[in-house]
Amino acid sequence: MVVRLEHIFKDYMQGKLTVPVLKDISLDIEEGEYLAIMGPSGSGKTTLMNILGCLDIATKGSYFLEEKDVSGFSDREMAELRNRYIGFVFQTFHLLPRQSAIENVELPLLYGGYSKKDRRAMAEAALEKVGLADRMEFKPGQLSGGQCQRVAIARAIAGKPKLLLADEPTGALDSKSGEQVMEIFSRLHQEGATIAMITHERSIAECAQKILYIRDGELHREEAGR
Amino acid sequence: MLENIRLAFVGVWTHKMRSCLTMLGIIIGIASIIAISSTIMGTNEQIKQNLIGAGNNAVEIQLHQNDYPIDMEGGVPQGIPTVSQQAMEEIAALDNVEAAAQFYKRNIYSSVFYGATSLSNGYLYGIDSNYLGVYGYQIRQGRGFSEADEKGAHKVALLDKDAADALFLGENPVGKTVEIQSEPYVIIGVVTQSSEFQPVINTPEDYYNYMKTSNGKVFVPMATWPVIYQYDEPQSVAVRASSTEAMSTVGKQAADVLNSYLQTGSEGPILYKGEDLLEQAKEMQDLSKSTNQQLIWIASISLLVGGIGVMNIMLVSVTERTREIGLKKALGARKGIISGQFLTEAAVLTFLGGLVGVISGIILAVVISKISLVPIAISAPTALIAVAFSVIIGLIFGIVPAMKAANLNPIEALRRE
Repeated sequence: MVVRLEHIFKDYMQGKLTVPVLKDISLDIEEGEYLAIMGPSGSGKTTLMNILGCLDIATKGSYFLEEKDVSGFSDREMAELRNRYIGFVFQTFHLLPRQSAIENVELPLLYGGYSKKDRRAMAEAALEKVGLADRMEFKPGQLSGGQCQRVAIARAIAGKPKLLLADEPTGALDSKSGEQVMEIFSRLHQEGATIAMITHERSIAECAQKILYIRDGELHREEAGR
Repeated sequence: MLENIRLAFVGVWTHKMRSCLTMLGIIIGIASIIAISSTIMGTNEQIKQNLIGAGNNAVEIQLHQNDYPIDMEGGVPQGIPTVSQQAMEEIAALDNVEAAAQFYKRNIYSSVFYGATSLSNGYLYGIDSNYLGVYGYQIRQGRGFSEADEKGAHKVALLDKDAADALFLGENPVGKTVEIQSEPYVIIGVVTQSSEFQPVINTPEDYYNYMKTSNGKVFVPMATWPVIYQYDEPQSVAVRASSTEAMSTVGKQAADVLNSYLQTGSEGPILYKGEDLLEQAKEMQDLSKSTNQQLIWIASISLLVGGIGVMNIMLVSVTERTREIGLKKALGARKGIISGQFLTEAAVLTFLGGLVGVISGIILAVVISKISLVPIAISAPTALIAVAFSVIIGLIFGIVPAMKAANLNPIEALRRE
């Protein structure tokens, strides 16, 4: 079990008003699972993603990551968790524009305390996996959108995280680049990666083994055959 | 860390215009401090040079009464023994003493004549064989005193250049006879100091301070002195210190030796005292010190303004790079890493500002000295301190932006467009 959420509630304060965003969410993610979370905007899927990614803390409930209860973790411990266990892929890539592809991929490894030599080797391996071995020294501005997202995926997987979190990974891409990116996720899944993906496109969600539907902060199960 | 510094330099380079404007306050502050301190140090060095002269490091130890040197013309003090051979040997053996001499010295108001020309306001010296060596005098014309002159108390005299010019108006004085206290003396030579030193005079004040000592000097053998004056007159002592810095201590130690030979009964108002040129220089330097310090304080205000400018730009930079910060936090950067990055950037900015400031300060100082003839002295330690200080300013004023960056909420930061 990579992730176990038990009765997670999340409230936001809007002035004096308490707005419940997540209501009693329980969820297990097994090792090697490929999961899609669908939902319209405002449904709470990004909040769920933030909690899964240790960027946010639930108001109520327990979150076990790799059997560890992270509910009471400090800022510093959360940063360490994100660095070691979570790989993020964002809709808008979030690459540092002034650094080369390989430097971008090395960034989380730098925070993880790897040596310069190890960083380089791990980053090269990750870039090869996404098919960008020949673009390592390119800056993001010299790469296409699809290539940028592949660099971002390489950055997410370089440190061999337990959980890969993708937030609308194809949202900013044309359909052809989107397909390429989804192929990479499928391949990673076959190699044993645990993936949770947020999307509102059914065609994208259908790449996953299991689709969860979130509406008004409540989770609904929906099995998807491939 | 090195990576941070490299990235910070890259960042500064990418935003050249903005970086220059940010650094301007620091540049102006550091430049004015460097220019002011160069001028101050130059003036101080000048004061010291003017007083001490070039390189002979000689200290005169004279009898003082109530802190004023005794003028023997006003009467030789009673009960003071002459300087013994033993005392001279002790002085010569002191640390940092290169040579020691004893001598008599009196003001001559109008007691030296050549024909109808008199030397007014000069000094008459009775000197031993070491004296000329201690002060670095060299024979320019004629010869020096021979052993026979000293043993036989011959009536011969040497002149320095000023006295020769004043009495002989360009004539060759060697072999001529002058009248000292109504006795005839044969001039056997003219001496000059080996390293000529002309004090630099910029103001009437300088003239008053430095020029009054450059009078004509007439030297006779020490053994001849009692012929002119009297037998039991106590001598003065001159020592040459090994370095300018050692002059004060050497003067004090030599005076202590001489004072230990004074009878306890006479101890009190009349004592030997070393002429302390370093102390005099320091007193004169202190006169201008407070004004100069105020100037430095005023210049420091512009450094403060510069620091605030850096803080301002860094805050803007944090806002501009919110997404980058959010991403880094999402990837697991701890607060320390984020704040370290911004502190490094601020320090690199002010380091460059300090560097440019030092260079422009030196240029400014050179220009000032060219225009107003004020001497300057540029010191490497001051420049280093200035650069280090501007780095510290960067670190201090970088704290607020760095904390702001480190405390950003990654969710908010990532969402920002």
